[in-house]
Order: sequence, then C-alpha cells, then structure tokens
Amino acid sequence: MDERFHIIDDYLMIRMPEEIDHHQAATLSEQADRYILQAPVKHIVFDFEDTRFMDSSGVGVVIGRYKKIACFGGNVYAVNADRQIRRIIRISGLKKVLKLVEEDTDE
Amino acid sequence: MNNEIKLEFDAISANESFARVAVAAFVTPVNPTLEEIADVKTAVSEAVTNAIIHGYDGKRGKVFLHCILRERTIHIEVKDTGKGIDDVDKAMEPLFTTRPELDRSGMGFSFMEAFMDDLQVLSAPGAGTCVVMDKRFADVSSGPYEE
Repeated sequence: MDERFHIIDDYLMIRMPEEIDHHQAATLSEQADRYILQAPVKHIVFDFEDTRFMDSSGVGVVIGRYKKIACFGGNVYAVNADRQIRRIIRISGLKKVLKLVEEDTDE
Repeated sequence: MNNEIKLEFDAISANESFARVAVAAFVTPVNPTLEEIADVKTAVSEAVTNAIIHGYDGKRGKVFLHCILRERTIHIEVKDTGKGIDDVDKAMEPLFTTRPELDRSGMGFSFMEAFMDDLQVLSAPGAGTCVVMDKRFADVSSGPYEE
C-alpha cells in the first residue's frame, strides 16, 4: 500500500493511482498528509506514470497538498503526465502552481 | 447510429468509475477519438460525483443516468433526487465549493463545461438536480481509425 510513497531528501514522491476520482482521492490525500506531517517534507513530486484518468477530484488532491507545504516555501511537481493529464492540469489552472517536468518532448 | 440507455445505481463512490466506463462503452460504436472519449468520461465522472457528494451528502440514494446517441451527438442526463442546489449560477462559478473541508477543487461544473459542447443544470431545492450535457463527436473523415 505505502509503496506509493517515497521520501528522497526533503522530497515526497507520490506514485499516483491508475484512476484518480473522488472514490480514490480521500485515501490518497490522507496517506500523503501522514507523510507530510511525519517526515521533513518540503516539496512534493506527483508521478502520473500509472495514471490514465483524472477528474477534478485529482485537482483537489494536488491543491490540498500544495496548500500544506506552500507556506514553508515548498513546490509541487508533476512527472510522467500523459497528454490527457496535462490537459486537465492546463484547463484547471493547476499549471500556475504545479510545475510540469517534461521527460520527453512529444508535444 | 441511434441508441439509448438508462441506468440506475446506488449513490456510492465506487459507482463513479462504473458510470464513466459505461458511457465510454456506449459511445464506442461511433468511433470517437481517444480525447473525445476522455472528455465524456471526465464530464460524467464530475456529474456523478456531484450527485453523490452534494445531492445525497453521503446518504443513501440513487443516481439516474440516461444517454441518447443520435448520429454523432451524445446527450447525457445525470439526475439525483437529493437536496438540490440553492443557487445554480453560484454553484457553477469556477472554484466555488460548498464543501471546502473535503479538499474539493470547485472545478466540477467548469470541467463539464470545458469538455462538453452544451451544459444545463436544472435543480430545485429539496427535489434534486439534473445535469444535461451534449457533445458532438467530430466526423470521421478517413480510415477506420487514426491515432
């Protein structure tokens, strides 16, 4: 279960699930918050490698976590976001806070 | 192609993925693009989530999903008989949420508007809410399938 979460230095790496909707969001947020509180986490990296679907509940997960670390100068990053996830990030305005790390330039 | 389905299911979060996958399967015969299918899935997911979280507030209830396919236009209605929306215009404003404690982004209706061609929200306090959405899939110009 917790293999979704890894801490490297002061970064919390979260491997996001295949589908991020309201059904998944609450558990995901709770687990992430436990790490944020317990470990010296400054920044968060959301890894969308496995993610094929995300709706506005996923946007809520990212914004909620961002609010928790932003006041201490932390940043949130997205890696391995496919075209669809990037669209959600763009349309929701999440792009203002979530830094997209592009590994390949297929767009 | 003309086709119609009506589904009725419990207002529990496990059915959010069921609803969007059902609609995705329903539109498959007219060969929408992957992006169009993703748009419809997202919009359905938002509407069903709203019915569960806001309409029924986590209490027992049923969500009614009605889809009509006329040629290349999908008409979708997502209905609940929950508490209804006091101020629909306010509810549809981006970032507005009545449940800030739930980590909601307040983007549900904005996503439905962005991903569908037409969106109407009919609601009466105490009676329930019906979200009506339409989307026309682009014509398939060449070949059986293009990436």
